[in-house]
Order: sequence, then structure tokens, then C-alpha cells
Amino acid sequence: MDTKLKDLIEEKRSVILERWFDAIVETYPLDTTGFFKKQKDRFANPVGHAIVQGTEGILEVLISGKELNEDLPFLNDFIKVRAVQDFTPAKAMDFIFLLKKVVREVLEKEIRQNQIYDALLSFESKIDDLALFAFDIYVKCREQIYELKTDELKRMTYTLLKKANLMYEIPAEEFEVNDQKCNT
Amino acid sequence: MKALLSFLAVIVLILIATLGVDVANLHFLFGIIIPYLAFVLFVGGFVYRVIKWGRSPVPYRIPTTCGQQKSLPWIKQAKIENPTTVLGVIVRMALEIFFFRSLFRNTKTELRVGEDGPKLVHGSAKWLWFGSLVFHWSFLIIIVRHLRFFLEPVPYFVQLIDSIDGMLQIGLPPIYLTDAFFLCAVIYLFLRRLALPQVRYISLAADYFPLFIIMGIAISGILMRYFFRVDIVAVKELALGLVQLHPAIPEGIGVLFYIHLFLISTLFAYFPTSKLMHMGGIFLSPTRNMMSNNRMVRHINPWNHAVEVHSYAEYEDEFRDKMKKAGIPVEKE
Amino acid sequence: MAKVEKAKLPKPEEISNIDYHPPATDWMDTPTEFKPGTYCWGAKEKDLLTLGLPNPRQWSPADEDWKLPEGWETTILDGIAERLAKYRSFKIFMDICVRCGACADKCHFYIASGDPKNMPVLRAELIRSVYKKYFTKSGKFLGRLAGARELDEKVLKEWWSYFFQCTECRRCSVFCPYGIDQAEVTIIGRELLNLVGLNIDWIAGPVANCYMKGNHLGIEPHAFKGNIESMCDDIEDMTGIRVNPTFNRKGAEILFVTPSGDYLGEPGIYTCMGYLMLFHELGLDYTWSTYASEGGNFGFFTSNDMAKRLNSKIYAEAKRLGVKWIIGGECGHMWRVMNQYMDTWNGPADFLEVPVSPITGTRFENAKSTKMIHITEFTADLIKHNKIKLDPSRNDHLKVTYHDSCNPSRGMGLLEEPRYVLKAACNNFYEMPENTIREKTFCCGSGSGLNASENMEQRMRGGFPRANAVKYVQEKHGVNMLANICAVDRAAFPALMDYWCPGVGVAGTHELLANALVMKGEIPRVIDLRGEDLPGKGGNE
Repeated sequence: MDTKLKDLIEEKRSVILERWFDAIVETYPLDTTGFFKKQKDRFANPVGHAIVQGTEGILEVLISGKELNEDLPFLNDFIKVRAVQDFTPAKAMDFIFLLKKVVREVLEKEIRQNQIYDALLSFESKIDDLALFAFDIYVKCREQIYELKTDELKRMTYTLLKKANLMYEIPAEEFEVNDQKCNT
Repeated sequence: MKALLSFLAVIVLILIATLGVDVANLHFLFGIIIPYLAFVLFVGGFVYRVIKWGRSPVPYRIPTTCGQQKSLPWIKQAKIENPTTVLGVIVRMALEIFFFRSLFRNTKTELRVGEDGPKLVHGSAKWLWFGSLVFHWSFLIIIVRHLRFFLEPVPYFVQLIDSIDGMLQIGLPPIYLTDAFFLCAVIYLFLRRLALPQVRYISLAADYFPLFIIMGIAISGILMRYFFRVDIVAVKELALGLVQLHPAIPEGIGVLFYIHLFLISTLFAYFPTSKLMHMGGIFLSPTRNMMSNNRMVRHINPWNHAVEVHSYAEYEDEFRDKMKKAGIPVEKE
Repeated sequence: MAKVEKAKLPKPEEISNIDYHPPATDWMDTPTEFKPGTYCWGAKEKDLLTLGLPNPRQWSPADEDWKLPEGWETTILDGIAERLAKYRSFKIFMDICVRCGACADKCHFYIASGDPKNMPVLRAELIRSVYKKYFTKSGKFLGRLAGARELDEKVLKEWWSYFFQCTECRRCSVFCPYGIDQAEVTIIGRELLNLVGLNIDWIAGPVANCYMKGNHLGIEPHAFKGNIESMCDDIEDMTGIRVNPTFNRKGAEILFVTPSGDYLGEPGIYTCMGYLMLFHELGLDYTWSTYASEGGNFGFFTSNDMAKRLNSKIYAEAKRLGVKWIIGGECGHMWRVMNQYMDTWNGPADFLEVPVSPITGTRFENAKSTKMIHITEFTADLIKHNKIKLDPSRNDHLKVTYHDSCNPSRGMGLLEEPRYVLKAACNNFYEMPENTIREKTFCCGSGSGLNASENMEQRMRGGFPRANAVKYVQEKHGVNMLANICAVDRAAFPALMDYWCPGVGVAGTHELLANALVMKGEIPRVIDLRGEDLPGKGGNE
């Protein structure tokens, strides 16, 4: 990546991370109390912790010029959290794009002065690439939630599956009926 | 908004007292009738509330256990956090009431970077504990100090507390430590309510109002003592008169005193209808004041009514054939 | 019907225009939403009919019309009045909260969602606001200023949503300066909801099963026996020893009661095999009961009366069979009930004797009234007296951590006994961080009847604080097994671990004990209770 832009981002790294963090926290419409922001304890506030870890890791990967792939643990961890927090898919993923806005805002003057729009554009398209990976991870997480349901049902009825002659009414059909009912 | 409303309410109270005494000359009303009325409301209301609580039974023994139970002799029981004796409960309650044990529990864990990699550090979040402890203890000491106005001769322990509290000997009259602590603590509790988003979100007007009124009482008291001195002798005359039930209004007590007195009266009257009743309620909280000896001594529920059950006989009637087939013993063949 | 929000992809400029400051509405003005994945199905008509509970009908929480009975407001308000008169706890907790916020960030649902109504203080305020309006002078006159509000259908739906988002874990109560226990408020809130027929299917179904058939899963007596016997087959394959448990046997010394999750689902059955092996090795004179075949009590998540109706079977069965005392298996809320409620409801158990271990002679004075002891108390005592032979190296491939279940830790104080057993049975044991264990333990997120599957997303969220602490020891010490003493944990944790910390298994304490248990006359163990190869014990010993 363009060294000039990289230096600029490195220089303002903490500001960018802070603003990005704040922007992500703002995507929690229900967190009207600012809990994620305030509490610094990693066990008392695992969500805030995941955001910090995720944002730091992602920025590091973006500016270090490392190969992007799905195997990014911090990205994985953070998206896992987003995937169970009552967001629509778009809302769940928008945290990545927020970085574009934050970088543009924080480095507005410097980018204009140095005329490095090209570098900015390529940086932003890298964010887009990352977003695609992120979306893959998100879909996997959501699929996993559905798998967990079937796995759990299998575990619950383990002995029955083993000994089919002792079958009692498994609520399997009802599950499906209910699922459909509430998803239409 | 909620804070503002409460603030305005207290300002209105101050205006009422000022106008009532200064303009309308209702010294008798503000110096005698209202304090008596407030006192009656306070005592009556407090007793009424406590009796009302007491009239509801405690159907189940539900202590929150915060430590190891008493089980095998070689396992060390947490005798205070999970008490099985009266003494244990008394100590647990005393720690709760005098030292706010549960608030002290607020811990936090942080991951800090140490010399050989990250380390887990256990810290604590004790500001709320500290602030409320200072607030309540200062309040208590100030009330005890005030007994010097109501008692003649002044008892020794009141004099003692008075002299310890004023031991810094700064200024004339000497500054009481508790005055400063109290004011700081009440301001802290107020700012905390405003500044912490979580607490602000749950706060009601009814949470700000007592804070403002207490702030008003503290400030008016401090002003009277250190800045706009009132006639202490006259104040004591009034106070003694109130206590000895032949009240009279001495001449020359400033309006500041009446504001102080009116705010206190309002607080007293308001007390039993509000959350301030936690002062009485904490003694009755079943999760704290009960022994955790559930499996040793049966707890009786006074309204333990009979419920409909599905008896074994009904069960066997339904499944007898299947049970017999599976070789499970049955009552009726 | 619930509408799935269509995922409308925002345009780039929309994304860059996201409002950084969403308007924060006061909680009383924030409506409750029912999104799929975050709530449980409503209770079914047939189950309420079986139990004789009010307002049986088919309904869905996603419907606009919940088919509430005529005059439901009066029912609820009368219900509140009745409970204020019956429970000092309820009255005090309604009156003395100062909203200091000490409990706010102690709730796992709040920690993971940030939804302020999941703060214990606000969850209680949902009902306190109604209490103030109808039962206090200040609320009547000052209304919203005093935090009071009218009871209407929206409020009722909000109650339903949030009282079924509380797992009654009591963590908040530990930190509250007055000991205000949100579990108590939730219990009463759910009682009120049940007065107008608002329960969830995952609770009402098991309760109806338990009432008619003796256990939550609705397993009939012959199937119950069949299940246990098939476990005995597996034990024989593994150890070469035939275990012969008895059922409904009169004259046995001990009645054994465990949650039904232990004899049906995985990995619960391995814990159950552990009990069977241990009791056999000791030659214990005990019996199972098919009538009292449920230790857990989902009635407790419905109403205190319902809990009492289900719980009555245990003493009744002990009396009928003429046993001397009772051992209870590994289960969380079961032990809150056995410890704090059973004797009051259905005692006195004067037909039983104070438990005395026939192996060690230890007299369990701590259970001299209820006559029922926890199995880890029993086993810890055995180990202390060297009455069983253990080979902990069989668990050497496991790095174990221990999750304190909410109810045994905060409603009983059973902290050291299971640890003692685990440390004797496993060589590698690691604790999670201090503020996530013992009395400060984090809930699995699925307790109090919320371990349904339709609310999986909510469960993953609620269990995140717990999983986060597990992940920490997984990364730091390589922990790969989460031990516990709770059937709901065993049912719910596998999903939670799969999602947050893949690679961490879930086991009951007695499963690990039985792995290590050296039985008289056993063949060399090459597999563990799960039928998996034991590393380093490749059958050449």
C-alpha cells in the first residue's frame, strides 16, 4: 500500500481506532446507556472487548499489506458477536464500511494536501475486499446457529435415535411448523 | 429534564420558606407547626410502612448465598457469606448496614501488559461504595452532632463526636470534617447519576429530588455556620422548646434557619413515601437477613395451601400394563 | 405474524450517513419488538389444559392479538395485590430500590445486548412502575414523575418479553446493597403472566409432561427403564461389568433422583452412566423411581404452586417405597428447589432418616431436615475417606475447567464439593477468572426454561459472557473440557461452546469421575464413557 497513506494512518492510528470504535458502538440502538464504551473490564464487557480486538486487528491487517483471507481470528470473533445481536445482515456488516468514513474524516486535510486520492481509493477497495470475507464469515455464523438447533435436537434425542423401538413423540415436526409459522 | 424538575421543586420550597417567614411573617407556622407535622408524618409513616412490610409473611427461606455452604466437616464454610447461625446473620447484616459489603464486591478484571506477556490484574470498582459510605456516615454523624441543640445538658458522646469532627481547628468556628465530606459525597452521588449513562437512564425525578433537598439542607446549614451566622442561642431555645413540648418562637433567628428547617421538614415528611425507606427495608430483606440452614431446619410458610397433585395411584393406573411388561413392580396387579 | 425484516442493502452514501447519535428514548417510550430468534414460542393449549392453567388457547407472541381473557387487567392487579400480601420479599423489593445501578452491568443478557431493559434494575422497574401506579400514593398522584405508569397490553407484552429474558440466576442479587433479587421479581412476574395464560411452550410442555408422566421429557416408565438399561450395556462394553440398577423397588435404603436430561440426551447420559458405575462399585442399596423420575422442576419457572405440584412426587415416592433418605443428581435449579423450597412445600419428611453414608458412616447433619443430599457431597465424602480408587491419568487428555451453576452457587453455596471431586478425578484443572466463578459465576444464558431452540440467537448472546471466560482459559491453558453439575448446562453448553469456543467439550462431574473410577474386576479401560479411545491406554496394558 502507498507508504504516504500508510504513514498517515499509522500516525493517527489511535484517533482512527477510537472514532471507529465509537461509530460501531453507535450502531447499537439499544445501548442507550453507553455500557459498551464505559466498561473496560474484558470479562465484564466482552462485547466492548471484542470490538477493540476486532478493530485493532482489522486495521493492522489493512495497513500491513498482508494477504486477506477468511482466517482472521479477530474478524471471526467480532462477527460472531454481531451475528447474534439482533441486527439485519446489512446492519451487522456495516461496521467495516464505517472505517471508510472514519478514515476520510480523520485524514481529510492530509489527503487533500498530499493529493493521494488514488491511494485512498485502493485502500478503500481493500476494505471492500475485507467486507466480502466478512460477509462469508457472517453467513457461516448464521448457518451455524441453525445447525446448532438441529445438533441440539440430535443430542437431546440421542438415546432415542439409538433405540428406535422406544420412540416417544419427538417434537421435530412441531419445530418445523413453528419455524415456518414465524418466518412468514 | 427529570433532574431539572426536581431542582426547581427544591427552589420552590426554598422560596416558600423565604416568603413565608420574611414577607408573611409566618414564624409560628414554619418554626413550630410544620416541624411538628413533619415529625409526626415521618414517625407515623415510617412505622406504618414497616408494619405493612412486616404483615406480609416470608413464605420461603431464600438467602442469596455468597460463599461455601456448611456441609462436610472438613470443608470450610463461609460463616458470614453463607450463614447458618444467628451470629453469622448478625455479622452479615452488620457488614451490609455499616460497611455496604455488597457494594464493596464490585470488582473488575483487566488484562494488562506485563513484562512477560499479558497478565490478569484484579482491580476494583469501588467509587460507588466509597461515595455512599462517606455520604451515609457523614449524615449520621451530622445528625448526632445536631443533638446538642435538642438536649440540655449535652451528653458526653455528642460532645466527643463534636470535638473529633472539629479537630482540625481550622477557622472560627472550627470547620467540621463531616460538613465537607457530606457535601462532596452528595455532589458526587448527584454527578454520578448525571454522568454515568446507565444510571442516568434509570434515574427518575424521584431519585434527584432527595439529592437536591439534601444538598439544600447541607448548603443552608454550612452557610449558617460559617458565613451568615444565625443566633445559636435562639436556635437552641427553639429546639429545646420543640422537644419539651412548650414551643415558643425566639426573636432574631434569620430566614436562613427557617429555610434549613423547612427543607428538613419536607425531607422528613417525604421520607416514608419514598425510596429513602431503604433505611428500614434493608433490615427486612429476606435474601440477606435469613440463615442458610434450609436443609437443617424446616421453614414454615403460613399460607402453604394444598395444591392439586398427580398421585402415584393415578400414574400407575395409566401405565400399569407398560410397567408390568417392563418388569417394574406395581402396587395393584 | 412476525415479519422478517428484509435485508435491504443500504447504498454507500446511506452507509456513510449513518446517524452517530440515535435518539435515546426513555424506556417507558421504547416499544418491545418480537424478532424471530430472540423469543420462545407461546405455551400450547393442550399443555395448559392438562395442567388446569388459565386461558388455554393457541396463540403466538408474534401475533398482534394475544387473545387475553376478558378483564385481564383486574386479574393482574388482583394478582399483584395477592402477592404483595403473601411475599415480604416482593413488597420490599418493590419499595426500596434506590436505582444506584450496582446491578446494572451484572446481568449476562445486558452485558451481551446492551439493551437497558435487561439491566436488573430496569427489569424490576417494568413491574415496579405498575405497582407504583396502583398501589402507592406517590405513584397515583405524581404519575411518571414518581416512575409510575398505567397497565396496558403493551406493558404486558414487555413483561412477557423481559421476564422470559431473565434466567433467574441471582447474580444481580449478590451485588445489590439491599439484596434485591431479580429472580424473585421474575418468579412473581411469571406467576402474574401465567394468570392470563402467558407462558412459553418450552416451559409449559415439560411441566405438563412431568405432571402426567413423571419427567419433563415425557418418558414413560418402560422407556425410562429401557434407557437406563441401554446405558448399562454400554458400561458393560467398556468395563466388562454388568450394572443392575433397580426401579421402584420397595425397601431400598436410598432413592435416587436426577434430572431427566441425564437419561436421554447427550452428553447428559454419560453423567448418568457415571452415577450407575459409582453406585454399583459401592454396592449401594438404592432405587430409581419412574414416578419421581425428574429432579428438575420447570414448574418453578411457571409459579410456586406449579413447582410444588411437581415437587410433591419426590417425598410421596420416598414414602411409598419406604426408603430412608434421598440422593439428588447433578442439576442446577433442581437444587435451588430442593435446598430452599422442598421442605417448606411438601415437608416435613419425618418418615425419612437423617442421611448417613453407608460407606463412610458420615452423618449429613446439613440435611437433617430435608433428608436429601447432593451427589457431590456424597462423592466428596467418599474420596476424602479413600473409599473409591481413582486413576486420574485416564483424564489426562482433558484440561478441565469448572462452571458453577447459578442456583447451586447463589441459592445453596455448593462450591467446594464438586471442585474436590474434579480435582481428584482429573490431573489438569484450571479455574476461570475470579469474577466469573463461584458466587459471581456467569449464567449459561439458557437457564429458567429458556433453553429452547427457537431462541438460539438469544441464547448465544446470553451465554457470551460465560463463553468469553471459557475462551480465555482455552487460549491460556488449552482447556478442552467444561465440567459442570447441571443438566441444563449439559444440554445448552455444547451449542454455546460450538459457537464461541469450538473444541471445548462439556461433561458432568460424575462422567469425569467415572472415567477415573477403578472398578473391581473391570477389564482394562481402552475407551472412555463416550466410547472414544483413551489416549495412552491403547489396550496394551
